[in-house]
Amino acid sequence: MKTIHALAAGALLAAAVGQANAAEIEVLHWWTSGGEAKAANLLKEKLEAKGHTWKDFAVAGGAGDSAMTVLKSRAISGNPPAVAQIKGPLIKEWGDMGFLGNIDKAAEADGWDDFLPAEIVDADKVDGHYAAVPVNIHRINWIWANPEVLEDSGVDHVPQTWDEFFDAADKIREAGYIPLAHGGQPWQDATVFEVVMMGIGGGDFYRKAFVDLDPEALTSDTMIKSLKTFKKLRGTMDENIAGRDWNIATSMVINGKAAMQIMGDWAKGEFTAAGMTPGEDYECVAPPMTESMFSYNTDSLAMFDVDDEGKQQAQLDLASIVLSKDFQVQFNQAKGSIPVRLDVSLDDFDACAKASREAFDVAMDEGGLVPSLAHGMAVSDSQQGAVFDVITNFFNDPDMKAETASERLVSAVRAAE
Amino acid sequence: MPSNVSAPASRERRHRRSLAGHIERVLPRLVVAPSLAVALFFVYGYMLWTFLLSMTNSRMLPQYDFVGFEQYARLFANERWHVAATNLVVFGGLFIVSCLVIGLLLAILLDQRIRQEGALRTVYLYPMALSLIVTGVVWRWLLNPGLGIQAMVRGWGFEDFTFNWLVDSDMAIYTLVIAAVWQASGFVMALFLAGLRSIDDSLFQAAALDGASLPRIYTRIVLPSLRPVVFSSVMILAHIAIKSFDLVMALTGGGPGYATDLPATFMYAHTFTRGQIGLGSASAIMMLCGVLAILVPYLYSELRGQRHG
Repeated sequence: MKTIHALAAGALLAAAVGQANAAEIEVLHWWTSGGEAKAANLLKEKLEAKGHTWKDFAVAGGAGDSAMTVLKSRAISGNPPAVAQIKGPLIKEWGDMGFLGNIDKAAEADGWDDFLPAEIVDADKVDGHYAAVPVNIHRINWIWANPEVLEDSGVDHVPQTWDEFFDAADKIREAGYIPLAHGGQPWQDATVFEVVMMGIGGGDFYRKAFVDLDPEALTSDTMIKSLKTFKKLRGTMDENIAGRDWNIATSMVINGKAAMQIMGDWAKGEFTAAGMTPGEDYECVAPPMTESMFSYNTDSLAMFDVDDEGKQQAQLDLASIVLSKDFQVQFNQAKGSIPVRLDVSLDDFDACAKASREAFDVAMDEGGLVPSLAHGMAVSDSQQGAVFDVITNFFNDPDMKAETASERLVSAVRAAE
Repeated sequence: MPSNVSAPASRERRHRRSLAGHIERVLPRLVVAPSLAVALFFVYGYMLWTFLLSMTNSRMLPQYDFVGFEQYARLFANERWHVAATNLVVFGGLFIVSCLVIGLLLAILLDQRIRQEGALRTVYLYPMALSLIVTGVVWRWLLNPGLGIQAMVRGWGFEDFTFNWLVDSDMAIYTLVIAAVWQASGFVMALFLAGLRSIDDSLFQAAALDGASLPRIYTRIVLPSLRPVVFSSVMILAHIAIKSFDLVMALTGGGPGYATDLPATFMYAHTFTRGQIGLGSASAIMMLCGVLAILVPYLYSELRGQRHG
């Protein structure tokens, strides 16, 4: 009872303070590792410069899984934070349940539609209104390669087809290195698989299979070929992959134990931290047959429905800070992604970020821009989990046939609807 | 005068005594009431809520569109649930049996009046003091083929030595058994040791006088008198097995694939990270049924024992 009184008093006080149109807003996010934390702090400073107060609510771990768990419990108890980092289709789910507010005012004032890519921004809208603001664009389909290891193995360039890849892998193995660094966690398995599949099947096939979850596409020959190629990759990894974190796998490439890793561009942070320069000490190249494709992973900040006017103003201010040009540059340099604003110059960025932007433009023109399933951009949580189960089980079970796995995909996805 | 004073005073005293008696009668109930209410609400209330949720179509947040037993049908059609349930049987069975056997052997050996018994007892009991997370991480390193036992033996020159259960989806469940047995068998040993100490020495002497051999004394006299200890050990080990979660998370993360998933990790994944609260609740209720299946016969036999004894 006492706590309820205290809470009520606190709420009244907060409301009274809010009169001045400056307010404290609580921001739930999982930007907790080195570069990310720096990026989040930047946002905090800019918000506080406008007179608002940023109440930090950082929940580390599990690529946002833990943060989402906390968010759900807060929402159930009727006390969600004002702003939360939410991704992909989940934004619409929260919106459909009536939790999210509307930040069209900020979008109109700054003209978001003029400089944001329509494909990506669609996920941030609920019933045609902006409920969230996109922050950045990560590219998933990258190979991070150690040129010294490649050279030492007699491989003169990062392979561009899967046949070439497996030939190169044999040479690298003979030279005493691990061809492909990998961590055996479901999301990493799924990351590698989706990269293999989008290369073999192309953009339209990817969308049919991994966005629409069309049973015909999931059991097609293209799918089976992708699954077989994916399984063959297992032979190019070392045997200690079980449970390994992605950054440990990246460090194997950095230390020259392994030649390559397939991972999104947050891996760049590890190379930067090791004092390496892209193009010289390490290379970033599109994986086989995905040159003109771009599998994206976008972080967004969703705005919860708040009554207090001060808080609403703080949300709008936060949204326009996030999309301001200088914040886009600073934040994305710290995080390893590229700006979500198409009109921001990338002159100050490194070679990999520039290549990422070029690939993005090409992919947008040629229909190769696809949402990443492995990173929660394509389908709902439960369907994503069902796909993870099948992919990771297929990858780890030496006896499972690709045909069996593709049938299981269909039944698992149906069961998760 | 004195009589005038004493009459109301004694009445008052009597009244006070009856008040004290009243308080004495009521106080225990009063003191126990809050914890009883809390237990009723937070244990049974939430059990009931979980059951209700398991009958709904709840996804990311709880909601109340009742769909009957559909979630249970889905659960039993779910490949991963079957893996988790089978794993629990394999893991639970091997874990309980191994702990009992190893614990009993250690207890019998320690009971031979050896030197430094106290120190040895502490050594065997110590793993129980560690958190399961620590146990899981340590064994993950030991069992990792590239870091631990396999790498060490290969380093000694046995190049063909292979011990890669951790990364083999058929064998990974046994690594959980190894780690859990290492953790809990010392505790079972302590229970058995206490049981052994409570057996009267004269029983041994009488049996020895009758010409019984030592193994015979143990199988015919000691083991039967340890029955209550076995029973309580099984109860404790069974519930450790059913709620195993942290060990799996630290040692294998449920992998490779979902080869080492247990019902507890299945429940957590579906309820909290995959937005399938209905399905997760159904699996939680199935776990509860599993616990009840063990607990009810136990309680029954306990209560019946009391009535007779």
